Amino acid sequence: MKIIVAGCGKIGSSILETLVKEGHDVVAIDRKNDLIGEISNIYDVMTVCGSAADCETLAEAGVDKAELFVAVTDSDEVNMLACFFARRMGAKHTIARIRNPEYNDKNLVFMKQNLDISFTINPELFAAQELYRLLKLPAAVNVETFSGRNLEMVEMVLKDGSPLDGISLMDLRRKYKAKFLVSAVSRGGEVYIPDGSFVLESGDRIGITAAPNEVQKLLKMLGIVQRQARRVMILGASTTAFYLAEMLIDSGTAVTIIEKDAERCRKFSQELPDGALIIHGDGARQELLLEEGLGSADAFVSLTGMDEENILVSYFAELQKVPKVISKINRGELSYMAEKLGLDSIISPKKIISDVLVRYARALQNSLGSNVESLYRLMDGNVEALEFNVRSDFKGIKIPLKDLKLKSNLLIAGITRGRKALIPSGEDSILPGDKVVVIVSGRRLFDLDDILA
Amino acid sequence: MNRKMVFRIFGRIAALEGLLLLFPAVVSLIYGEFRAMWSFIAVAAGAALAGFLLMRFIKPNNSLIYAKEGFATVAVVWIGMSVIGALPFVISGEIPDFVDALFETVSGFTTTGASLLRDVESLGKGMLFWRSFTHWLGGMGVLVFIMAIANNISDRTIHIMRAEMPGPVVGKLVPKVKDTAKILYLIYIALTVLEMIFLLIGGMTPFESAVHSFGTAGTGGFGIKADSIGGYSPYIQWVITVFMLLFGINFNLYYLILIRRFRAAFSGKELWVYFGIYAAATAIIAANIYPIYSSVGETLRQAAFTTASIVTTTGYSISDFNIWPQLSRGVIFILLFFGGCAGSTAGGLKISRIMLLFKLIRREFRKLLRPRSVSSVNVDSKPVEEETLSSVSNYFALYILTIGITFLLICFEPFGIESNLSAAISCVNNVGPGFGIVGPMGGYADYSAFSKIVLTFAMLLGRLEIYPMIIAVAPATWMSKRA
Repeated sequence: MKIIVAGCGKIGSSILETLVKEGHDVVAIDRKNDLIGEISNIYDVMTVCGSAADCETLAEAGVDKAELFVAVTDSDEVNMLACFFARRMGAKHTIARIRNPEYNDKNLVFMKQNLDISFTINPELFAAQELYRLLKLPAAVNVETFSGRNLEMVEMVLKDGSPLDGISLMDLRRKYKAKFLVSAVSRGGEVYIPDGSFVLESGDRIGITAAPNEVQKLLKMLGIVQRQARRVMILGASTTAFYLAEMLIDSGTAVTIIEKDAERCRKFSQELPDGALIIHGDGARQELLLEEGLGSADAFVSLTGMDEENILVSYFAELQKVPKVISKINRGELSYMAEKLGLDSIISPKKIISDVLVRYARALQNSLGSNVESLYRLMDGNVEALEFNVRSDFKGIKIPLKDLKLKSNLLIAGITRGRKALIPSGEDSILPGDKVVVIVSGRRLFDLDDILA
Repeated sequence: MNRKMVFRIFGRIAALEGLLLLFPAVVSLIYGEFRAMWSFIAVAAGAALAGFLLMRFIKPNNSLIYAKEGFATVAVVWIGMSVIGALPFVISGEIPDFVDALFETVSGFTTTGASLLRDVESLGKGMLFWRSFTHWLGGMGVLVFIMAIANNISDRTIHIMRAEMPGPVVGKLVPKVKDTAKILYLIYIALTVLEMIFLLIGGMTPFESAVHSFGTAGTGGFGIKADSIGGYSPYIQWVITVFMLLFGINFNLYYLILIRRFRAAFSGKELWVYFGIYAAATAIIAANIYPIYSSVGETLRQAAFTTASIVTTTGYSISDFNIWPQLSRGVIFILLFFGGCAGSTAGGLKISRIMLLFKLIRREFRKLLRPRSVSSVNVDSKPVEEETLSSVSNYFALYILTIGITFLLICFEPFGIESNLSAAISCVNNVGPGFGIVGPMGGYADYSAFSKIVLTFAMLLGRLEIYPMIIAVAPATWMSKRA
């Protein structure tokens, strides 16, 4: 599939990387000559140097034959214009990054309709939503929801002395009668799609699929302290922080934001509803953090623009025994080091956006069959959790799951039927209209039929 | 330096060459040359085995390739495959001396077409076929070939492609390196087959048409007759003239024509400068040699063929231009440097580099007269990066230096400046013939083994545009004191 990506910044190059790995024909556009040169050395893409909103550049990139056009330059307006031109010049679908909060209200629908933009992405908003879910469920290091919020995929790290240590999955199900499924385990860099005989160990990172209320039940039974964060401290008044603070304040959480820049502090204090405490000061100073109540915070979220600063300050918060510490880290190699430091809750806007694009591209490739509704890459990208819409032409329809011949390293982790979530057993079968969650490692799926051996 | 990756890729090429050596083996079989056939098969088996062992036992820790690995791979592969390619000549006894066989093979792969055979017609058909087949393989590049057919060598094969494809800037036609390589080879094969058909119509045997098409496609110039193309009909000479010119054009143009972007295809300045130079040189030579041939048709054919052959660095000939007047020989001497368009199979400096050099000179003069003026160099109304400009002028200096050193090293030969200098220039530019004893009717047979080795190296330098070979022989590349 031919895809054009305009803008090769942090988000743009991460999109390039994932799309090339997916096997697409990718053309990259950027205004900066040296950046374009670098990109052509690293990724197997064609490069065009020029402005994304310049028709000639777009024509040179072959926009008339493109199935998908993605505009992720750092200017919202350029992205809109580029998408508008691209659509007019023949691109089938367009995606624009639009992140200014002013555009992300009622304007958005009007704009999407009139500019004929298929989809808008707002990395900051997506990141804030993910942060919000994590703060609601602090025991997890990562929470992904599937459509309709009926099913969740919760990632947890088994700490030393966890009641799950040394227990096999079969016994686990017998012991706790909750409806859940351990659907992926990462241990020492290896990833497993476990079966019933699999024995858990402390230090494992496990992925659990369950309905949201079942997750709560399970955690309670396991005795994992599970208190929703009520006092949250945020470092850095970024756009993500703005969206997150809005959501938290709405749900009655006390939010403290620390920011170095006086101008941004003032802006936040004007735009955020009451209830947010905005502190002007350098958050890298430990004394300041302590004085502002780090010791009594339920959660600390580090959202400055610098990965390194986020890691160091988060590490300090971890040492202060803050129950939940989340850091924003965009560079992959740094998040690996952060995990070594014991910071396991990490969010990366870059990764969130690439997941969204991979899903979009796969759904486009297979717009007729049982296509992909949502897609998340878990455990450092080694496992994919996909949700498919089941059409009546799916080959395994109405066959009990125990009789379906599935490919290896693959698991049907959940079925949503209507508003009800189902953790499937061997007797259940897939019906048209269902949404099916499949967990897979080492394979790419485009259609639900791809799961059959 | 990811040495393992370099040798692993070489393993693939060795195995591929083993496979390709079966083609001349079949030709030998058809013509009943059994000794030649067995030597091809033996070398094929040896190369395939060596390649297989390299691929089996060298397991790189990672498949990362950077610019350094790209250069080293290209140099190692070209030296290695030339050595393998020379073996059938030696084993079959048709060119018993290894240095001679290596010279002939390198001359083939680098599409030079310089030969040291005193009597080419005595060579077996299988050997003649292999000699010309090396032109065809070397023209577009074997590494480009392996990229077109093999999967996932590495994510960054662009570095290899850049090191193997000649020209100041190497771009892609389509997003993926693999697809670009595939398109280039398909165009290459299509044009070659087209020429074969035209030659068959002209009355050539299938063997002759294949051999001459390979020689034209790679802009190589190995013939199978003592008088090269001279003995064939005027129709065949015209066909070869046209195809030599076609293979000297940037292959991007054919792709643009295929996808029906005609305006983009024909708007490039380089193409028209190429034709302009060709037309001007043909006109001058035609006017100059008219008294010798005295018929307009004959004169025009002589001038058109010789100019096309030299400007595209093919090196076919239909008459001995050594006996032409001084002016014509002077024009031919200058043309030795030019080469075809960038992105073609031709050798030499390339028209686009020459255009950039002239624009640089013009800018320099403007700067001298108006020291405060700021101006950028544009090609096809797009500014050229300063980095590209300085790399072009550096390349030019290195290129002149290479010719100079090659010339000095073969100066021990008693053949006079005219022969020695033109031999050095001709080998570095991958043309083939020169003046004096290395003229169209002569050859490199009388040079000493030392000079042959020097010229062999010079041909490789010229084909790979100097840098890869120098990087590969520099000890610092291989001794990794640094990370």
